[in-house]
Amino acid sequence: MRISRRSLLGLAGAGAAGLALGACGAESGSTGRTIRWWHIANTDPMLPAWADMARRFEAGHPGVKIEITPLENEAFKTKLTTNIQAGDPPDIFHTWGGGVLAQQAEAGMIKDLTADVGGWRDQLIPTALDSYTIEDKVYASAVDTGMVGFWFNKELFGRAGVTAAPQTWAALLDVVRKLRAADVTPIALAGKEKWPGHYYWSYLALRIGGLDLMRQAAADRSFAAPEFVTAGTRLAELVALQPFQTGFLAAGYSTADGQAATMGNGKAAMELMGQWAPTVQNDSSAGRKGLGDKLGFFPFPAVDGGLGRITDAFGGGGGFAVGRNAPPEAVEFLRFIAQPDNARIEAKTAGVLPVVKAAQDAVTDPNLRSVADILATSTGFQLYLDQAFPPAVGQQVNDSVAELLAGKSSPEDVAEAITAAAKQG
Amino acid sequence: MIIVERRPAVIVRPHRRRRRRPWPTIALFLAPALALFALLVLAPIVVAAYASFFEWNGFGVPTQFVGIDNFRRLLADEVFAGDLRRTLLLVGLSIGVQLPVSLALAMLLNQPLRGRRAYRMVFFAPYVLSEVVTAVLFTMIFSPNQGLANHVTKLIGLGDLGATWLADTDTVIYSLFLVISWKYFGFHTLLYLAARQSIPHELHDAAATDGASAWQAFRHITLPLLGPTIRISVFLSVLGTVQLFDMVWVLTGGGPIRSSETLAVTMFQEGFKRFHVGYASAISMAIFLISLVFGLLYQRFVLRRDLEGAVTTMGGHR
Repeated sequence: MRISRRSLLGLAGAGAAGLALGACGAESGSTGRTIRWWHIANTDPMLPAWADMARRFEAGHPGVKIEITPLENEAFKTKLTTNIQAGDPPDIFHTWGGGVLAQQAEAGMIKDLTADVGGWRDQLIPTALDSYTIEDKVYASAVDTGMVGFWFNKELFGRAGVTAAPQTWAALLDVVRKLRAADVTPIALAGKEKWPGHYYWSYLALRIGGLDLMRQAAADRSFAAPEFVTAGTRLAELVALQPFQTGFLAAGYSTADGQAATMGNGKAAMELMGQWAPTVQNDSSAGRKGLGDKLGFFPFPAVDGGLGRITDAFGGGGGFAVGRNAPPEAVEFLRFIAQPDNARIEAKTAGVLPVVKAAQDAVTDPNLRSVADILATSTGFQLYLDQAFPPAVGQQVNDSVAELLAGKSSPEDVAEAITAAAKQG
Repeated sequence: MIIVERRPAVIVRPHRRRRRRPWPTIALFLAPALALFALLVLAPIVVAAYASFFEWNGFGVPTQFVGIDNFRRLLADEVFAGDLRRTLLLVGLSIGVQLPVSLALAMLLNQPLRGRRAYRMVFFAPYVLSEVVTAVLFTMIFSPNQGLANHVTKLIGLGDLGATWLADTDTVIYSLFLVISWKYFGFHTLLYLAARQSIPHELHDAAATDGASAWQAFRHITLPLLGPTIRISVFLSVLGTVQLFDMVWVLTGGGPIRSSETLAVTMFQEGFKRFHVGYASAISMAIFLISLVFGLLYQRFVLRRDLEGAVTTMGGHR
């Protein structure tokens, strides 16, 4: 008892010291000297690219210092939540927009950037700011965009005799069967982290019910429509084929033996993931090489009889929100990032699909190019459900779909649990 | 001035002169510690108790008072019930398996073995690692492709068994118990060993003279005299299990599908993932109350003899 209490006190003491230091940081921040910047590009190529951009900005603004904290997704969300609940948001921080950003705005934690971003919004692609606009106010500047789709290993597809990318869900199930018959693990999935699993259910719901269904669900705070149950049923058909790698329920996303590594090491034929997938595959695979030319991309297949089209995209982008106590230079830095020359640098790293129109021509990486081309002709866009809705609903989507993927709940249970969470808010 | 005045008292010390206690001085020196304790220990408990009566997402000041609704919801929550079940299971396994093994090891290490010191160090080493480091280590060991556990199970002909220990809803809790045991058995072994060595030789010598077998000596001398230590070690083990967080969070995140989720993990999920801070506070109060009630009852009924000083009379009069 004594040991644990003492270490607890020690921790508490350290926490208090941290708070005191944090307070100092905020203090100096508000005088306009230090900008605390939290982003989630914690690997190559964007980690050094952002750092370099911050250094160039500092050089042009004497006395301004940008203090960068790169964080892994989940760590970022947790740390940001803690800081925001303590009333101390960072000066610039990553956001996916949607319901989470709305809660932060409602709590008065972030700056309304409508007027500022207005200065450069005509340089962006038309839908760039949609996810960050809440009741006609813009709360973040968009930086990158993208969508989720199937990344596949051409060589493994070839080994299983699959020659064309599946256009329908039935065809995809067929591909899975062929891959299994050829002794190839069809799909890599990070079951420990639940967000990669939620893509399947969300995309199926989108394909079955169309964008209107999603809008209606958000408006009614209800997922009771039969289409959501059907989405679960279709997903259960996939699960029944046992398409995922051994032990997927305990697999992380970017960990040593996780989803990206399994894909990048050629141990699975497909993964359903966003535009950043190739860079993470490279980073987490053996020899940091990834699949190179063997990697291909196809959009999530259509579902027979569904209202949604194969050209409707599901995904999201990244933007930067500005904390309520941030110095004016923070907004200045966002303007700097949005300049076409800087956006081109981002595009060339192949780590980011930029939203700045003028930088589109700099997207030369073939993987990113294929995502960009599909996005350019997309007929609609749906933000990730775990970002579009309030956190409690998003988490319930993730949790419930995870149960379905593990074969521990029915399609009806999933729709019911999510509806219950949506009603409760 | 005070020092000069006190000196003679220290040197002479003929009998204890009752001095007026220097209350202002005591208060002055105690104040910082009390203030810190109030700020860092009492205040969070009070704040959590307060927040547990609100529906609150953690932003700003709680305004939506809901009374004991959060607690009512907690009692009906299957997840909470599951957490309690898993906690009981882990407590049962700890007392039924981990502590006896630690005790057996302590007895073994008390024997004149070659390299005894080395063994003691090796067994105690895991305790020095932090829970997070331990958990990261074991995610690698249980990793499906490159994991040590899988290599071992393959070597002994059990196939891919090791790959799924953390990924199977039925086995994950036992894998978790294995990791907890790995980290803490050395600590308990050390406690028992220290207690065993404080038992006077004469007792065992006398028993041997009377012709007692090794088992009889253990059963009637060693075990009763280890009683106080065992009771403390059970106490620590139960409280540790009720508050288990770091290791589970890093190792499994509570998954798959909540099958390794503990009270503290649920609290974190509700508070930091779903922004149900009021409800999370209710869970934290539940953890607090469970620990408190258990602690009080345990001290009242189990540790009473130990605390009254029965130990010294059992250990032989001086």
